[in-house]
Amino acid sequence: MSTPEGDFGDNPYDLLAEDHDEGHRWAFGTGFTDPLEGVDTSVPDGLDPGALVRFCLALGDDALIYSHRLQQWVTRLPELEEETAVANIALDLLGQARLLLARAGGIVGQTEDQLAFFREEKEFRNVRLAEHADRDFAELVVRLLAFSTWRLALFERLAGAEGAPGTGDPVLAAIAAKGVNELAYHRDYAAGWVVRLGDGTALSHEKTQAALDTLWPLTGELFRPDPDAVAIAPDVTGASAAFDAVLDTVLATAGLDRPAAVPLAPVDGRAGRDGVHTEAMGYILAEFQSVARVYPDATW
Amino acid sequence: MVAPVTARTLAYGVAAGTPDPEIPTLTIEDLGILRGVDYSPGRGIVVTITPTYSGCPAMREIAADVQARLNRAGFERVTVATQLAPPWTTDWITPEGRRKLAAVGIAPPPEARASGAPRRGPVPLTLGRAPSARCPRCGSPDTRLTAQFSATACKSLHRCNACGEPFEGVKAL
Repeated sequence: MSTPEGDFGDNPYDLLAEDHDEGHRWAFGTGFTDPLEGVDTSVPDGLDPGALVRFCLALGDDALIYSHRLQQWVTRLPELEEETAVANIALDLLGQARLLLARAGGIVGQTEDQLAFFREEKEFRNVRLAEHADRDFAELVVRLLAFSTWRLALFERLAGAEGAPGTGDPVLAAIAAKGVNELAYHRDYAAGWVVRLGDGTALSHEKTQAALDTLWPLTGELFRPDPDAVAIAPDVTGASAAFDAVLDTVLATAGLDRPAAVPLAPVDGRAGRDGVHTEAMGYILAEFQSVARVYPDATW
Repeated sequence: MVAPVTARTLAYGVAAGTPDPEIPTLTIEDLGILRGVDYSPGRGIVVTITPTYSGCPAMREIAADVQARLNRAGFERVTVATQLAPPWTTDWITPEGRRKLAAVGIAPPPEARASGAPRRGPVPLTLGRAPSARCPRCGSPDTRLTAQFSATACKSLHRCNACGEPFEGVKAL
């Protein structure tokens, strides 16, 4: 048996071409496999599979749609360091979205691509904060602070850190435990900028406070009672107090006022988790899903 | 076919030599991405790998590379499985991996925490106070973080105050 070392070129990416010789359209990244390949994905006894699917879709859609919004910023950011930061954060969230959609899809017999590219707007369960179009850099960092603080608080509770019960689903717990480390970096990045801008010049302070005032009504929806979430991880209700504690710390350091804004109202009692979105959502999906829908036989 | 124990050992050696697509001088064993290699007569070789970050785009390339290497080494039935828990940490980068990182000008992550030590406080915000990294070129500890994110998910950007050179570091995870 010879060692294989000498048989390889310098570029491991060359290997990707080898398993796509059947006339498929080839592109970089072709042949994505199930991100949960080899993971035991049976649903534990006593856990409601429907609630688990809905909750994983909700968390997956939050990450998918917000990742897309962050990707739209790339090439438009003020400095190269911000380009790499926002691109990396978007990539982390896309990875979380893939794992969560694969978890949900595995239970209902659909692939992550089917769920991402072939659902209608009303089937997406993301909160409306995820679909907002940032109008300036202040809105980008304020929204990232709110989103990552909230998501980190949720994921810490799902992962069952520090003796908390976590979720009864070991796959979701593992996805959350990975996400916690990533989200801590996202939150730190956002908080650093919110402090720098809030405690910066008069103009940067004014714009950051305006961003906070604009976005605050969208944060109310993050803490609406969610029976699916409670069914999967009873502890998630504690995320609200954790969110408040972190936001208060950052805003106080930044010299910004916590807005007293009224939350954006649900429509007939329904909001993002129920498939009711803002006008922005249709435009996101039109762009995001267009290639997959025009070329449904394409291999990625 | 060789005896199972030998097959597993041989397969481990082949899989362990797989280079990381982003930093090819390091192997997936150096980085702690390779979690195990098993052999059973029923399933053949099962290689377990773990992603560094949830969105790590190299996982697919690594899996394809591991598969191809083992096939070429004579192992016909090979499965590459993903493991998510426990999540990857930079503490799993081996001493050899740390040495290789420094040799290519990338600062290794901070030393592994003592087992059981808490990773963070209750409000883990650094608010601009960045962890320091030692300059891989001149060795000075007097460096500053210029960006918490860099060209790949696992790295940050730094500049050395002593020699003035910018460098990348692997950030603690």
